Amino acid sequence: MTGMNHIAILPILIPMAAMVFNLLVGDGRSNRRIIGINIGFSVLLLLVSILLLTVLAQSSTAAAAVYPLGNWPVPFGIVLVADRLAAVMVLTTSILSLAALIFASARWHSRGTNFFPLFHALVMGLNGAFLTGDLFNLFVFFELLLAASYGLALHGGGRNRVRAAMHYIVINLVASFLFLIGVALIYGTTGTLNMADIARAVPHIAADDLGLFEAGVAVLGIAFLIKAGSWPLHFWLPNTYSSAAPPVAALFAVMTKVGFYAILRLWTLVFANQTGPELAFGQNVLFVLGIATVAYGSVGALSSKALDRLASYLILVSAGTLLLAVAYNVPGVTTGALYYVVVATLAAGALFLLKDVIDQVLPAEAQILAVSLEFYGDEEEVLDEDQEVSRSFPAAATLLSWCFAIAALVMAGLPPLSGFLSKFAMLSAAFGADNAPTAATWWITGALIVSGLFVLIAMVRNGINIFWTSLPDDGGLALRPLEIGPIMVLLALCVLMAVFAGPALSYFADTAAFIHAPQNYIDLVLPQEDTP
Amino acid sequence: MELTLAIAIGVLSASGVYLLLRPRTFQVIIGLSLVSYAVNLFILSMGRLRMDAAPILSGADANIADYADPVPQALVLTAIVIGFAMTALFLVVLLAARGLSGSDHVDGKGD
Repeated sequence: MTGMNHIAILPILIPMAAMVFNLLVGDGRSNRRIIGINIGFSVLLLLVSILLLTVLAQSSTAAAAVYPLGNWPVPFGIVLVADRLAAVMVLTTSILSLAALIFASARWHSRGTNFFPLFHALVMGLNGAFLTGDLFNLFVFFELLLAASYGLALHGGGRNRVRAAMHYIVINLVASFLFLIGVALIYGTTGTLNMADIARAVPHIAADDLGLFEAGVAVLGIAFLIKAGSWPLHFWLPNTYSSAAPPVAALFAVMTKVGFYAILRLWTLVFANQTGPELAFGQNVLFVLGIATVAYGSVGALSSKALDRLASYLILVSAGTLLLAVAYNVPGVTTGALYYVVVATLAAGALFLLKDVIDQVLPAEAQILAVSLEFYGDEEEVLDEDQEVSRSFPAAATLLSWCFAIAALVMAGLPPLSGFLSKFAMLSAAFGADNAPTAATWWITGALIVSGLFVLIAMVRNGINIFWTSLPDDGGLALRPLEIGPIMVLLALCVLMAVFAGPALSYFADTAAFIHAPQNYIDLVLPQEDTP
Repeated sequence: MELTLAIAIGVLSASGVYLLLRPRTFQVIIGLSLVSYAVNLFILSMGRLRMDAAPILSGADANIADYADPVPQALVLTAIVIGFAMTALFLVVLLAARGLSGSDHVDGKGD
């Protein structure tokens, strides 16, 4: 693995190079060649992510690419750690960002200035947050991705977008300050910022400092929960996501997963698996918050009539499901959760993109119908022929409704698609974890099944509104290949995840086994002689 | 010294949180600035309070106990830069919201 360690920094360097390139050539939004080069950078990133994942999958379970920045000795310098968990998250980000970038290059990139540099900056921040092994560096990458996301949330302008972005910025700035307080408290009590070093130092914290350390962990946890969209800290999410430009919202689907990733990484590594007084810190709180988030997201999904709001609430449902899985703290449940995070992110991203395509083909009055159902039943189905912007597809409506149906099946977790397999993996592991199912097992079962039902009802109702009552007759629909293509690829990947569930689940099982045995990670990152 | 710093952090964060919860965007941005000052001071205090101690080692035989912890100072520097940049960005969004909605209420509604 020595030569391959350099691969750990490439997922950060490639988007940075793309960003610098865009800043140098200026705002070339109408230049097809510049758009092509931008897509080329994303393709390159995807190839590197695939390479990283395959290298890790072929080496032993406890392998990871460790890259000390500037070659400083590890507890003192910043280190990048690309283990299997980070590789999965980086690959998911790369797939979704490529799809969103291709989608945006059809139309959305020209709705405002500097779309491409901001987009690459967001991808760079996401990859950096997944790869870093240093707590303060995690903060810096968080700020980087947030700064880019502020700009992207404003992309396209307009009153609603600016208002939602303003709330989003204030809430995330406050969350960043909480993050800093938590990091400072943890540094004050452990004397280090390296995650592996913190994990090693936790059992040796003086009894007097333990309260201070736990306060720091709790404050840090609140900062992560705000990013993850956990109830009751989720209130910024539906407005921001539903008012952002669709390709941006699709990429934002990964952003809540950063909060999940940070919680999973830190809680398995540092706070949950230690023997002694730190055993499972805050696990019960996380569990209750997970249940509440799932419940809130399900009810919100039922109450939302517009597809973009529905997709935002689906993000909340998946955030809650992931919190439940982290709180359960069993390798088998984590396996299912990792499978779930990939398919839920891809499907949610596809849904945000699909919403934009459906908006274009729906007659104007149907869009009003989607928001207020008062006009139900008396709309006249007229398609304005002047609005036809590209060649029409045969059976375009069939294609759209199939895409919608696949997204609905994945999000609701119905067989035979990957959403069902992930939930099944989580539940069967939860039942198999102890000899007899505990109360927590029944709670997680109920939450997953009932939320699946609610999501299904909401999606079916929305689908009926769109495809059976509002959509004009087939043949007249104009779809851009650049826009429908990425959606189909994302959903095809969800289907493929179900077809190749065996290899995927065994990879995720290895990942879960690795992150639930924190000593492996500590041994990898820290020099051996430092380990007491 | 500890008491002075603790009171300063407490007053700054209390006024900051109060202003954050106010309905006008200008109050919110001043509140954010005050909270960021409080957080910066807090990070500095996490390296333990030392008087007359340099953070940079000089000489090979220096005793580490005579020096202040340099890491929180580096963290504060980063936090100041990031906080400043974000506040500047928020200022622009604030002005855009003011121009689009014609009101300086955080929800864009006049009252």
